[in-house]
Amino acid sequence: MSQDQGEPNIGGITRRTAIKALGATLGAAAFARAMVPLQSLTKEISVDEFLQKHYREMTPEELEKVLRRLEKETLENYGAEVDIVDARPIPGVEYGYALNLSVCVGCRKCAEACHKENNHDRTTNNSYIRVLEMEQGSMDMERGNASYNHPVPAPGKFYMPVQCQQCANPPCVDVCPVQATWKEDDGIVVVDYNWCIGCRYCEAACPYHARRFNWKRPEIPAEEVNPVQAYLANRIRPKGVVEKCHFCLHRTREGKHPACLEACPTGARVFGNLLDPKSDIRWVLENKRVYILKEELGTQPRFFYYFD
Amino acid sequence: MSTEELRHTLGYPKFLWRSLVLATDGSLLFYAWMTFLTALALVGANAYAHQVADGMLLTNMSDHVSWGLYIANFTFLVGLAAGGVMMVIPAYLYDDHEMHDVVIIGELLAIASLVMCTLFVVVDLGRPDRFWHLLPGIGALNWPVSMLAWDVIVLNGYLLLNLHIVGYLLYTRFLGKTPDKRWYLPFVFISIVWAISIHTVTAFLFSGLGGRPFWNSAILAPRFLNSAFVAGPAFIIVTLQLVRWATGFKIGTGPIRTLTQVLRVTVLLNLFLLGAELFTSFYTGGSHVSAVQYLYFGLHGYTGLVPWTWTALVFNVTGAVILLQGQIDEKLRWLNVACVLVFFGVWIEKGMGLIVPGFIPSTLHEMVEYVPSLAEWKVTVGVWALGFMIYTVALKIAIPVLTGKESIHKDRIQ
Repeated sequence: MSQDQGEPNIGGITRRTAIKALGATLGAAAFARAMVPLQSLTKEISVDEFLQKHYREMTPEELEKVLRRLEKETLENYGAEVDIVDARPIPGVEYGYALNLSVCVGCRKCAEACHKENNHDRTTNNSYIRVLEMEQGSMDMERGNASYNHPVPAPGKFYMPVQCQQCANPPCVDVCPVQATWKEDDGIVVVDYNWCIGCRYCEAACPYHARRFNWKRPEIPAEEVNPVQAYLANRIRPKGVVEKCHFCLHRTREGKHPACLEACPTGARVFGNLLDPKSDIRWVLENKRVYILKEELGTQPRFFYYFD
Repeated sequence: MSTEELRHTLGYPKFLWRSLVLATDGSLLFYAWMTFLTALALVGANAYAHQVADGMLLTNMSDHVSWGLYIANFTFLVGLAAGGVMMVIPAYLYDDHEMHDVVIIGELLAIASLVMCTLFVVVDLGRPDRFWHLLPGIGALNWPVSMLAWDVIVLNGYLLLNLHIVGYLLYTRFLGKTPDKRWYLPFVFISIVWAISIHTVTAFLFSGLGGRPFWNSAILAPRFLNSAFVAGPAFIIVTLQLVRWATGFKIGTGPIRTLTQVLRVTVLLNLFLLGAELFTSFYTGGSHVSAVQYLYFGLHGYTGLVPWTWTALVFNVTGAVILLQGQIDEKLRWLNVACVLVFFGVWIEKGMGLIVPGFIPSTLHEMVEYVPSLAEWKVTVGVWALGFMIYTVALKIAIPVLTGKESIHKDRIQ
């Protein structure tokens, strides 16, 4: 309660009021000092970046501006001249991916190719693919090991690379609170890196450990940057957002194969259009014994494991 | 302008002004307490500024354990916000007059807790600058599909409900008028249902994930609510005594007795529900037991959470045993010990003990452990300190108004 009476009073200001004013000033100054590290952000986040609309709400002109801005930023921040396009799904195409567990030797060339193709952070050796070394006679991942470090293939083991399964019923898309991730018409689940708020709910929801978060700004030497980029694909991601395998859509939507397939020395990987009855992927699905990872969860992957 | 309107144009600014005075004016103890909290909050603010500038690498979270101490505290605090309803129900549904006099202490706790909830979500975001993407209309809120979108709505709704109820009642009390039931009773009844909803939605946020067997349990929502009715009453029982001691506000023995009765039941029910969960996991076995195995006994040599979870269990069981004593509501020292024990017991159980095992082992059954970083602890302490500041100031304003010490007529009386 206010007890102003009887206190020293100089020039109409009580000592109590003066002390309060001093306290408030000191508090405000201390707060300003505490927030100093934020100054570095003013360079990092431009007004255009802050106000940028959702990918699917931009007009072609707006998107064009954004792509040019991102190219400029990449040049400024990474010293690399890149070409960022907006690769759209091809009508009549739904991608599927199959992997032959009988021939995969666990060399992790696919993971390495992904690392380079997709401009991953060099310091963390990130990749969208994790290769599990499994014990013969069991499909239980509990007995698998993703951090093996010895010559492959090891006796008594088989290898199961795991990447985004591009689910037809993706739990990661459902949980996103801001619709920053969605399933495209060709079945690829993508992220708008400039719309994601970084809550990582999708990482919690994904049953396949397919998503990665940018815990820091990715670091890549200019000469190692892959300049062939797409907005929803391998452009260098900002700090603080989630990313994932996109079936190399900057390549596959141009009619090429994903980088992981091209890198595979054993030919374990088969990629193609599920809607084309004459495609290799359809032949595999119709003629081989197919295993679907965590099929019981009802996520309906478009990624299939098979055996010879 | 009618006399009624005139009264409000003069009365409301005066109410706000007197609130500001009450909030910044007090005893030496009050200043010391607020300075202490301010210092802690500043440490947190500084750690957070570093986290925003350098990235969330400053936390010890990873792609394997992608939520940690922040979401743990968020989850617990949703419960604390909902826990206050255990005062509202007796006060309004059972016409408990003594409880009615102090119910505002529970409603203010909900407000402070909700502010902390929001802050714990914000500090967990990788891109807090894009917070506006969550706003309906200008952003792209993924409602009704995303449970997080639901949570944004119910938590903010609950905050608004409580702000309205508390604000209205205090303001009319300040004016010396009898509050108009039409202006607050409907909101009180909505708030009771709403309190249940905030914790149900927060449980669904986790239990809806099929890829995380540890969370994917139908009794998660009942467990959440029940543990909220442990932590909430436990906190309020101690707070009531502190308020009585610090302000001389005459609080009868009734509210503490009622809350103790609630607590006696909920602590036991909490242990029962935990037992039901543990039985299902361990008796079934298989891969679904691995997270629980990790939590209680460690898995493949990894034991990071074992000390946490046994501390929680010992606290909860000891608290329950103490509360079983006859006339415990009169043995205040024992009662307070029990309250502190079960409060921290639930904080662990529903915080670190709930969030972290959801990620260990990972969905590919990898073992990657998590221990919060110093930066995470600083930010966490900072948010709690800010919450306590809000709660202290809110009580500091509310109690004099409630007891009639502070009103628009005060100047005239003096």
